[in-house]
Amino acid sequence: MPILMQGNAAIAEGALRAGVSFYAGYPITPSSEVAEIMARRLPGQGGIYLQMEDELASMAAIIGASLAGARSLTATSGPGFSLMQENLGMAVMAEVPCVIVNVQRSGPSTGLATRPGQGDIMQARWGRHGDAPIIALCPSSVQDCFDQTVRAFILAEKFRCPVVLMPDQVVAHLSEGLELPGEVTRSERSRPTCSPAEYQPFAAPPGEIPPLAEYGSPYVFHVTSSMHDETGFSRSDPETARKKNLHLHRKLHDRVEDIAEVRYYGPDRPGVLVVAYGITARAARAAVQGDEDAGVLELATLWPLHERRLAEVAGSARLVLVPEMNLGQMVHEMRRIVRHCPVHGLHRADGEPIEPEEIARAIRDSGGEAR
Amino acid sequence: MRDFRDYLALDRLPHMWCAGCGHGIVLGALARAFSDLDLDPSQIVVVTGIGCWGKADDYLRTNALHGTHGRALAFATGVKGARPSLQVVALMGDGDGVTIGGNHLIHAARRNLSITGLMVNNYNYGMTGGQYSATTPYGGLTTTSREGCPEEAFDTCALVAAAGAALVARTSAYQPAQLRALLRQALTTPGFSFVEVASTCPTYFGRFNQAPGPAEQLKDVAASVGSPGIVAKRQVDDFHARYWRIHGKGDEHER
Repeated sequence: MPILMQGNAAIAEGALRAGVSFYAGYPITPSSEVAEIMARRLPGQGGIYLQMEDELASMAAIIGASLAGARSLTATSGPGFSLMQENLGMAVMAEVPCVIVNVQRSGPSTGLATRPGQGDIMQARWGRHGDAPIIALCPSSVQDCFDQTVRAFILAEKFRCPVVLMPDQVVAHLSEGLELPGEVTRSERSRPTCSPAEYQPFAAPPGEIPPLAEYGSPYVFHVTSSMHDETGFSRSDPETARKKNLHLHRKLHDRVEDIAEVRYYGPDRPGVLVVAYGITARAARAAVQGDEDAGVLELATLWPLHERRLAEVAGSARLVLVPEMNLGQMVHEMRRIVRHCPVHGLHRADGEPIEPEEIARAIRDSGGEAR
Repeated sequence: MRDFRDYLALDRLPHMWCAGCGHGIVLGALARAFSDLDLDPSQIVVVTGIGCWGKADDYLRTNALHGTHGRALAFATGVKGARPSLQVVALMGDGDGVTIGGNHLIHAARRNLSITGLMVNNYNYGMTGGQYSATTPYGGLTTTSREGCPEEAFDTCALVAAAGAALVARTSAYQPAQLRALLRQALTTPGFSFVEVASTCPTYFGRFNQAPGPAEQLKDVAASVGSPGIVAKRQVDDFHARYWRIHGKGDEHER
């Protein structure tokens, strides 16, 4: 029996059922419901809600909590996500599992605080200085908000990295039916099994995930935001840096098939392929309903991109259309991946969601390419 | 009883600090305070930021979290928040502690998690080449204030005391025995405790502004402290005690 729930509430519910025990955040529209629910529910589960002085501190606090053994969460929106980039890089570098919710509103800067946007796609991937690969998930329904939050915690521990969940404001504030599972699969941290004297917090073959102890266990360990070797102590020779950067990249990109979820709706060999994510993917599905030549490929995972699968689904297409609530971000990735046919963008950055009719019209207007 | 050497990564010495720098004295006092209290190294988390003093965790055999510049107390808040049984110590310089990290400092003092902040103040940014910080005195010569610093310095202890910290103390690297005793007290005080240690930077600030030679400079910084010791002290319930009292679970979560 589905219950009526809001997207942000489903994220909070998913996190609580996934076993989150620590939340640190700073209120910001349109994500504040997550904080409010956490503040209300965590103490009853023995968890800690901390309202931090800013998003720099929020991100730092969830890193500290995770290293102390907690499943930790924060939620924010564009302006706060910008501030979090600094320590998001720290979480990538120190390989600290944690989950960050970025409810996307319309930018730039303070922008339109209550209106949706999808302009943080490239920031999630490239917003930090240096190469800092990351996992980013994008739900398109309230059910998806719940399910992908649970999955975010699993991926964070499995790959020992921060995971960003990026609903747009429409999905986050949408209320619709949610089927709550009896129980959810909880994330498991891969803890060391060697003796404490032998433990090295970053020792693993290239691309493999090193086990992570927690502060207060018999395993005493160092982590650092600076370049480091397997011991966790800083080291600055080129070979150490090469190995570390390659490891951070490979641990996600070599396993893209385990991470990236791609959903395809439509005929086996679509002539027109609409590639979309978030609420725009639902508009796209409505737009192609009844069209036997058009399909929708929904990017439930934004990063890393499952490039092989995208190229495969797009193989039959005469046209790829990428509608998104920005002035062109994911469309550039599609142009890089799909070379055999035109890739058109359909962009809107006025704080309004893209309507199904706009997508249908774009397909019609593409004329010869589409038909 | 553990010896102070049990907390030091002796195999990683000699340290990277300049000859005459006060940081080694402060690190020695911290290790001695740990051993005075016979703390279990696996239950200590030393959180550091970026800067010369931020390298201190490299020489410690405790847990360590060496994070981004200025955020040591924010990381520490997460560690202590999630696991209150840990002994959490944040090591900060004047850049880390009260310049870029000033906001975290006042909120850590107000929030009163039982964390000890140990700020070593050498009146400038040593690691980046001796630029002025929020503790450089008016008129102080640095590489970005060749004719004198136009800004006033923070009285950091007064700031932290006003923000509500449980214990605020000040001394210098010239008084290591007193520093050790103050750290012992800070490490056992419920709520946020803060110790500021005036120290030397013989390579930059000291060379530009103080007596010739590090030994004389130590005397200069000791003199600049005025009367060392406890600056402020108040009885507080720490964050976790207040949190669980508010949420009606005071008894279950007694430490």
